[in-house]
Amino acid sequence: MRPEPGGCCCRRTVRANGCVANGEVRNGYVRSSAAAAAAAAAGQIHHVTQNGGLYKRPFNEAFEETPMLVAVLTYVGYGVLTLFGYLRDFLRYWRIEKCHHATEREEQKDFVSLYQDFENFYTRNLYMRIRDNWNRPICSVPGARVDIMERQSHDYNWSFKYTGNIIKGVINMGSYNYLGFARNTGSCQEAAAKVLEEYGAGVCSTRQEIGNLDKHEELEELVARFLGVEAAMAYGMGFATNSMNIPALVGKGCLILSDELNHASLVLGARLSGATIRIFKHNSSGVHVQVCYIDMQSLEKLLKDAIVYGQPRTRRPWKKILILVEGIYSMEGSIVRLPEVIALKKKYKAYLYLDEAHSIGALGPTGRGVVEYFGLDPEDVDVMMGTFTKSFGASGGYIGGKKELIDYLRTHSHSAVYATSLSPPVVEQIITSMKCIMGQDGTSLGKECVQQLAENTRYFRRRLKEMGFIIYGNEDSPVVPLMLYMPAKIGAFGREMLKRNIGVVVVGFPATPIIESRARFCLSAAHTKEILDTALKEIDEVGDLLQLKYSRHRLVPLLDRPFDETTYEETED
Amino acid sequence: MATATEQWVLVEMVQALYEAPAYHLILEGILILWIIRLLFSKTYKLQERSDLTVKEKEELIEEWQPEPLVPPVPKDHPALNYNIVSGPPSHKTVVNGKECINFASFNFLGLLDNPRVKAAALASLKKYGVGTCGPRGFYGTFDVHLDLEDRLAKFMKTEEAIIYSYGFATIASAIPAYSKRGDIVFVDRAACFAIQKGLQASRSDIKLFKHNDMADLERLLKEQEIEDQKVKLKYKYKARIFLEESLSFGVLGEHGRGVTEHYGINIDDIDLISANMENALASIGGFCCGRSFVIDHQRLSGQGYCFSASLPPLLAAAAIEALNIMEENPGIFAVLKEKCGQIHKALQGISGLKVVGESLSPAFHLQLEESTGSREQDVRLLQEIVDQCMNRSIALTQARYLEKEEKCLPPPSIRVVVTVEQTEEELERAASTIKEVAQAVLL
Repeated sequence: MRPEPGGCCCRRTVRANGCVANGEVRNGYVRSSAAAAAAAAAGQIHHVTQNGGLYKRPFNEAFEETPMLVAVLTYVGYGVLTLFGYLRDFLRYWRIEKCHHATEREEQKDFVSLYQDFENFYTRNLYMRIRDNWNRPICSVPGARVDIMERQSHDYNWSFKYTGNIIKGVINMGSYNYLGFARNTGSCQEAAAKVLEEYGAGVCSTRQEIGNLDKHEELEELVARFLGVEAAMAYGMGFATNSMNIPALVGKGCLILSDELNHASLVLGARLSGATIRIFKHNSSGVHVQVCYIDMQSLEKLLKDAIVYGQPRTRRPWKKILILVEGIYSMEGSIVRLPEVIALKKKYKAYLYLDEAHSIGALGPTGRGVVEYFGLDPEDVDVMMGTFTKSFGASGGYIGGKKELIDYLRTHSHSAVYATSLSPPVVEQIITSMKCIMGQDGTSLGKECVQQLAENTRYFRRRLKEMGFIIYGNEDSPVVPLMLYMPAKIGAFGREMLKRNIGVVVVGFPATPIIESRARFCLSAAHTKEILDTALKEIDEVGDLLQLKYSRHRLVPLLDRPFDETTYEETED
Repeated sequence: MATATEQWVLVEMVQALYEAPAYHLILEGILILWIIRLLFSKTYKLQERSDLTVKEKEELIEEWQPEPLVPPVPKDHPALNYNIVSGPPSHKTVVNGKECINFASFNFLGLLDNPRVKAAALASLKKYGVGTCGPRGFYGTFDVHLDLEDRLAKFMKTEEAIIYSYGFATIASAIPAYSKRGDIVFVDRAACFAIQKGLQASRSDIKLFKHNDMADLERLLKEQEIEDQKVKLKYKYKARIFLEESLSFGVLGEHGRGVTEHYGINIDDIDLISANMENALASIGGFCCGRSFVIDHQRLSGQGYCFSASLPPLLAAAAIEALNIMEENPGIFAVLKEKCGQIHKALQGISGLKVVGESLSPAFHLQLEESTGSREQDVRLLQEIVDQCMNRSIALTQARYLEKEEKCLPPPSIRVVVTVEQTEEELERAASTIKEVAQAVLL
């Protein structure tokens, strides 16, 4: 069922139950009718906009609505936990219960308290109960399988003791290892070892002083070529790349339009810059119809109002408008609607800052990120930022763009002046892995990894949807959030999966809205089909055990049902 | 039955209408007409008067021109063209193609090309690969990290330590984790940029006191509550002390534990000590140490800790080995101190340049005795000196600042760094070279 290019307008078919699928497609890929029917029957939502064919491929993103009963029960659950929390705090205050956490020194008891009591209420009473699901120490390469050090707690997670056992061969669904470059053997590791021998581990100086090695220049040139931009600059930490460069680009009198789900580093960078920040909505509601317009409408409205009305009280025109978006949002698994954002940016003369932390290497036919995924021109994005941690198996971040931009950052970025440059073996790892992805090392390993990741993504997501879980996000995103909702299930899911030798990441408040806790799977090119099948089997079991199959839109397994009239009636919208 | 009653009520109403006095009817009629008019008249919209028409809005949108994203950078900007170091930035380096002795990188204990450190890092690389592929909370915690935190806590004789993957982010994340809006922070004027950014992110009240001037600090604290000397100040005025020891860790004190050991202060009195591992330890990253009560909080609210990937294990292993070396030869600190003293003395009395900094400090500044009046001119003169020294195989660097962003911008200077690896004669040579060049350029 390959999509075939359609060169002319074509109408969508009217479904048997009378609903019309949205919009026309011009210049786009059109699925053959059988595939369309099966896909429509499968309850997938086609968000193809009518904005003159901006999208060259179908954009399938869905956020199913929280079932009402589940939402109510979740609130009830949190209510019960809060009550118990107050009870426990009361008991601890009156010394009826032993207080486990560290307290202030005797001599400093009458100082102004360092923490607000309420701030810690959530930590003490909710987070502590399920704390064993996070910060699990490992002692091997974070590849497809990982060794976890076993911990035990005899005082309900207040303190941990290491038993000395190591749980070997746990399937790793939590590390950001999209292209499988987290390895301790192979050409990347050998190259890094050689450079380590020659250069040492540290640098002991900043870029502008005497810490600019020839390796850094080589890296930056390579990154620029990889992205298809004029120049690039690399930094030692991905978080710091955002928090130190956004203030260098915008300042007072500028406007930042930031997506509501942006990462903490973007938020911090925006705050430190001193510019005015306005938030536009993300596509996160569970409604199926016309959702594709909402967040872009929100952005467009903000842009219009900003230009027409100017700065809040003085009415002076804004100096610059900067739109901050991410390629893949790691908590939602959604992909930014880049064609629309670029269209808006061009219309309103704003600047675009794209944070590709999770999407570089993971999207696009050759791994060049979200810009290639949508078939757009990298020159349209003013500032392309990304990190080397996820797909390249190293650490650090980069910014790419026009030469003037990079020259300016070389002279004015906080990191170039005050922070140590990248460590040489890390640089070598990035260089080798990037060359591998580009195919410049003479093998086709890079291309295979990118393809393997795309296949794994589609397979995994489809199977999970068939099982009946609520999965958020875009079909092509290797980040797969599986909704848990209830607080007790967060802990239960993490622990049950570890018992079955699978390591998953569970997230709750405050990283997500309070009732939308989830488990997040990060797929990797290193995962083989067997590993995925094992994982899926266990997830299925645990899903039945914990009653996690909330989805009301059952997918018809594509291979089992042949195309016939009844497939139209399968789903209820 | 209901309809009958209704009808009956209706009849009553009509009768009442007939029997009502005329003025009553007229008044009610007017009221009804008024209501009808209000209902159908257009609602009074305040903004309609000042609202722009769609066409005007489009015109405004067309006309608006933003500034260019970045202003153009002049080609001769002093910081635009970096020095390129080929090969490792160790004791003898190749800078811009010239072989020099390194007096510019903060490699105080010479651990950058120590074979033991490299071997430990290599072993770790072979076991774990390079990256950690995740933040500490999500399978990014390696046993190496836990080891390093343990070792640092033991070395500094505190309860707990926490490591960050970037030196700058260490103090910049630690400060906003504790100090929020409504809190007050007393900061030395000469605090480094990372501290300034941390304070900016915290949104607290900042009070600056003059550099190293305890009287000024006291005056400020008195204005808040009241106080006295350093540590005693803390208890009298009930303030907490955060100490930033990036340059003094591994340098001061008998065993290299920093300023607290140097002055013989009980480490428990300091609430938080933050340092980066990029200077004396010749690795990458930073750490904070202190009592568990204080440090544990950062594990959930330190932004640079929770939302960022953890330190690559090979760098953590390098730091552990460096700590081992520091613990095994405590004699190097005395050697370093001596060398600092020596070059400090040797560089006194250069005409045109004055030495700024304590004789204990391995990194000190050479500033112009008399400024030419413009900062740019000063910077250019100093750069001339640096370039000529480089030609004579002494690698130096100017201290770089972001001129527009620093709160209290120090005057331009050349930074000279002393390391354990430099021999006495190299120090002598450096001193004499700087003297000659300074004389040539400044006169």
